[in-house]
Amino acid sequence: MARSHKPVIWGLFAAGGTVAAFLAPVLILISCLAVPLGLLPPEILSYERLLELLQNPISRLVVFAVLVLIIWHAAHRLRITAHDVGMSSDSLVMIACYGTAAAGTLLAMLALFSPV
Amino acid sequence: MTRRPYKAEFPALSWWLRQPRYIRYMLREMSALFLGIYVLVLIAGLYCLSLGKPVYEQFLTVAEGPVGLTFAVITMFFAVYHTYTWFKVTPKAMPLTLRGQRLPGAVIIAAHWLIFALLSAAVWLLVSS
Amino acid sequence: MSQRCIELEILRYDPEQDDSPHFQVYAVPYHDDWVVLDAINYVKEELDPTVSYRWSCHMAVCGSCGMVVDGEPVLACHKFLRDCSNRIRIEPLQNFPVERDLVVVMDDFMDKLGSVKPYVIPKEEKDIEDGEYLQTPAELSSFKQYTACINCLLCYSACPQYALNSSFVGPAALALAHRYNLDTRDVGRSARADVVASNSGIWECSFVGACSEVCPKAVDPAAAIQQTKIASTVDYFLDFLTPWKRT
Repeated sequence: MARSHKPVIWGLFAAGGTVAAFLAPVLILISCLAVPLGLLPPEILSYERLLELLQNPISRLVVFAVLVLIIWHAAHRLRITAHDVGMSSDSLVMIACYGTAAAGTLLAMLALFSPV
Repeated sequence: MTRRPYKAEFPALSWWLRQPRYIRYMLREMSALFLGIYVLVLIAGLYCLSLGKPVYEQFLTVAEGPVGLTFAVITMFFAVYHTYTWFKVTPKAMPLTLRGQRLPGAVIIAAHWLIFALLSAAVWLLVSS
Repeated sequence: MSQRCIELEILRYDPEQDDSPHFQVYAVPYHDDWVVLDAINYVKEELDPTVSYRWSCHMAVCGSCGMVVDGEPVLACHKFLRDCSNRIRIEPLQNFPVERDLVVVMDDFMDKLGSVKPYVIPKEEKDIEDGEYLQTPAELSSFKQYTACINCLLCYSACPQYALNSSFVGPAALALAHRYNLDTRDVGRSARADVVASNSGIWECSFVGACSEVCPKAVDPAAAIQQTKIASTVDYFLDFLTPWKRT
């Protein structure tokens, strides 16, 4: 047996899980529930308001880091779940899970860092 | 004497239904599915934002519809459950000793919830100001 | 006053006669201070001497009498009849081949136990004349809980990852590796890593946590494994960044 390379993905998983634990609830609240519940005015999600919030390259970087870490956390956990319910082809599961995470990462890069 | 050990079959699909602790484990793992979809939707929304106002507003209409709202409520439940389970296991993964005494897990967990509350408030203020 | 009776539904398997296991029901007198082991002993002594099972100390220190009672892995000497229903289902430990009745084949665990090098690997071997290896009480308390394992295998019975993949080194063996990794007299973490930090070691664990919940000695193998994951991840990246200082 040899030392595994799992630490790479597990490090991402742990970081993403921590970020999700601290930030996901408030993110969901603000992005999806605050306006329908009347806690925040609908302008908070307007095109102009979001562009304003994301103007600063630091804030774009932070948003990128948060979203990408959570997506890799979710991808790894779902790979484990697939194993837990008996899916034997780990390679196919890896392609599906990490492939989706990679696509999401790419899309996030395009969304946040391509010149507008 | 003949030895013929019997190996019972393990139901890979349904083993977790056998005990409440396994059901809770699966629930915890399922939180990743909803969190993952939520983040993908957010990324899609940010991408629509980068494509201009009309596309973004189309996205908002779909995301704020009844399906989107239902999904958001369910995801919120799973997000909080993820936070709860993540904080609960942190003292096990990172035991802390203060002046020779092991810090009780409850203290570490409470500190995490405090930081959670402070961070959430900070993000709320940042976005709503 | 008539004697209250309860029923034991015991899994029977005779490798010389049976194709597969079946349950046999025995009526046993209820005693308020009896444990499941007492009831099984009653069956063996009074009703059916062919029932096979392991037991020894009757006080939860030897780890011999692990079995699944009403779906939960317990030490039979540790589970009181008064905490059970009127019809108690008794099965051998899960995830191990059944030798006969309630006796399982433990060989896989014994191999895994040996593979994690469960002994102090000191920096320098000392002669007896040079005296003891010194350790403060604080250093001892850092790993003491992980010394409490009695190898009862309840954790392997409860672990779904071991059920899904029997090459998984498993909770008890990994907790014991952690015990030695934390021991200040030991420098063997690197030597153990080939097994512990392999894909069949800590990385097969998904932190279900059932192992720690069923452990009768509060060893908390789940915690041991998670701490080892963090330590191994740090080692991995240190090896990558400073390869000359191989951990």
